[in-house]
Amino acid sequence: MLLSILPQVLVDGLTLGFMYAVVALGYTMVYGILEFINFAHGEIFMVGAFVGTEVLLIADAMGSLKGMNPYIALVLMLVIGMLVTGALGVGIERIAYRPLRNAPRLVPLISAIGVSFLLQDLVRFTEAVARNEFYLNSPILFNNSINLGFASIPQKALIVIVIAIIMMVALTLFVNKTKWGIAMRAVAQDQTTASLMTINVDKVIMLTFLIGSSLGGATGVLFAQNYGTIDPYIGFILGLKAFTAAVLGGIGNLRGAMVGGIILGLLESLAGAYMGPLTGGAFGAEYKDVFAFSILILVLLFKPEGLFGEAVKEKV
Amino acid sequence: MANKRLASFKGIPLLLTIVWIAGFSAALFFLEKSVLAFIGVLFSIIGIYYTNTSKTIKLILGALVLLVIIPGIAGDNRYYMEVASQVGIYVAMALGLNIVVGFAGLLDLGYVAFFAAGAYAYAIFATSQANEFIPGNLFPLSGEWFWPFLIVGLVVAAIFGILLGLPVLRVKGDYLAIVTLGFGEIIRIIFNNLDKPINITNGPQGLTPIASPELFGIKMNTPFYFYFIVLLVIAFIVLANIRFEHSRLGRAWIAIREDELAAQSMGISLLKTKLTAFAIGASFAGVVGVIFAAKQTFVDPTSFTLMESIGILVMVILGGSGSIPGVVLGAAFITVLQVQLLKEFSNFLHSLQSAGIINLPNQLDPSKFQRFVFGILLILVALYRPNGLIPAKRKKNDIDAIKNSPHANEKLGILARLTGK
Repeated sequence: MLLSILPQVLVDGLTLGFMYAVVALGYTMVYGILEFINFAHGEIFMVGAFVGTEVLLIADAMGSLKGMNPYIALVLMLVIGMLVTGALGVGIERIAYRPLRNAPRLVPLISAIGVSFLLQDLVRFTEAVARNEFYLNSPILFNNSINLGFASIPQKALIVIVIAIIMMVALTLFVNKTKWGIAMRAVAQDQTTASLMTINVDKVIMLTFLIGSSLGGATGVLFAQNYGTIDPYIGFILGLKAFTAAVLGGIGNLRGAMVGGIILGLLESLAGAYMGPLTGGAFGAEYKDVFAFSILILVLLFKPEGLFGEAVKEKV
Repeated sequence: MANKRLASFKGIPLLLTIVWIAGFSAALFFLEKSVLAFIGVLFSIIGIYYTNTSKTIKLILGALVLLVIIPGIAGDNRYYMEVASQVGIYVAMALGLNIVVGFAGLLDLGYVAFFAAGAYAYAIFATSQANEFIPGNLFPLSGEWFWPFLIVGLVVAAIFGILLGLPVLRVKGDYLAIVTLGFGEIIRIIFNNLDKPINITNGPQGLTPIASPELFGIKMNTPFYFYFIVLLVIAFIVLANIRFEHSRLGRAWIAIREDELAAQSMGISLLKTKLTAFAIGASFAGVVGVIFAAKQTFVDPTSFTLMESIGILVMVILGGSGSIPGVVLGAAFITVLQVQLLKEFSNFLHSLQSAGIINLPNQLDPSKFQRFVFGILLILVALYRPNGLIPAKRKKNDIDAIKNSPHANEKLGILARLTGK
């Protein structure tokens, strides 16, 4: 019985893992450049989920959803969601982080925690005014599933995975091949030197926030499509886990974030499914968040540079 | 300009403070229900702090307000005493966190875990819950046990602090924030689920009824008594804060906060020093947790969420981390804002709604504005007043006094250089 659910558990884990991976990219990009944990990144993901779902609901209310190809609807949601969250990320950087770039390290972190709580309540207000509720039930565009005999893969999970892979490949190409990508890597290595090489550091940081945030927002859209119900607090715990994934892979490292996210998703899914039966019901699925945090703590203690990162010696 | 004016500002004249206290006390006495008068009396403590007079008079005035005026005038009003003791509980917690965040510079986002440890330590044994795993039907303990349990709560929370700190404190800076946040959540999830395999915390149902404290046969189950208990604990914690601040340990904390590497090379043991900060901060939260459990007579995991941790952090940051008067102000301000102003405002809006003037969706109820308010406050403080409302003062050593002291002639360490001999 335990083995027969394994394929399903793996599919769930992979879906979750790819979402963690894309959100983790946002954390890791910002950390790579500013050495700063963008606490509000999880909330940007959440805003993306709400924007995408609202687009769908509004289109549905206007009646334009009927007869529309679901793929076009999905692309529309993703594009609008990414535009809004990208702009939001850049705005947050401009208002709440940039003035603090030379402040002691804890100060921007405190500002980021503030932004995170502010966004949660702003979304709640907006939804309360617009719909008198603070959570949303999203219509699901793709309800079919593909039966492989030993497991059935829901179409929506497949879409999450495919789009996540497209985004990861696109980002990798962008960072490695384009002029702006090279500028980004240069700034991550040394801001002062990069600025001497006529790279506009402020612009590169803005671009980083733009890309990271829009990736997070797109993941939010996918999350809403995959799970159906969203509330303003989904971003917090997911953000924390995505951060764990980024640390697991080695923070500042793009490949690390992707692999870390997938590993974490799989581990969490496995733990959720098997911890209960294996411990005789004493520690069930309610401990799966504990499991993810424990991984974070263990990694930070024993391999703080992560799977792919390089150990950095502290300089005076 | 503004700085010059601030420098020439010696303090509020004594007379003005006394008039302020007398005025608001009279207002509170005559206008039974005036919330403003009550807040005026509470905040006169801040006025006293800034009064231009000697320390003794300030202490006498402060004691007068806290021990005579507030219990004397508002003592029979359950609600005021409830607010005052709640303010006290948060002041005490914020002062505990001040040691961790303010002095040692360790951003702890899971502080409420220690509060929970203290609360559960008392709650489990002061209800019949402990019978579930200790044979002999010895429980619940009577209210007299509250007093020894203040120490038990302190010790339990300190042990928790050390156990959590040992792995966590090896991690630096902003990682520490995330890890403590994770630990805070872990503790809450564990308390929420520890009703199986052995029922220790009774899970989400929580524990009740928790015995009220008893002293010489008096059952202390009203906010009036808790007000004094809290005051006693605050006095203890403030004293500890002041004594720690300029002690050898306190200076080591501040050195670590300013520059870990430099502190380490001056011979400060990082882990040990951080661990003491963690344990001491935690132990204060533990004591307050015991009081909280006894006061509420009910605990469940929902009292110990991340929002509590953030709330206490906002108090410390807003008031001025590392600054004792600042933290007291921050805690008083945030608590009054939460339990008083937002609630009053929401009652006001509800009355408007029932009169049919406005339509208020349930989610827009101002008493739910917590995150919004905390968020805005954190951002504004970080951007415009990173040192808080009352920034911490650094103690200045008077070099001339050191030169003239009898120790100046002993050629020891840095003193030998200062005297130039």
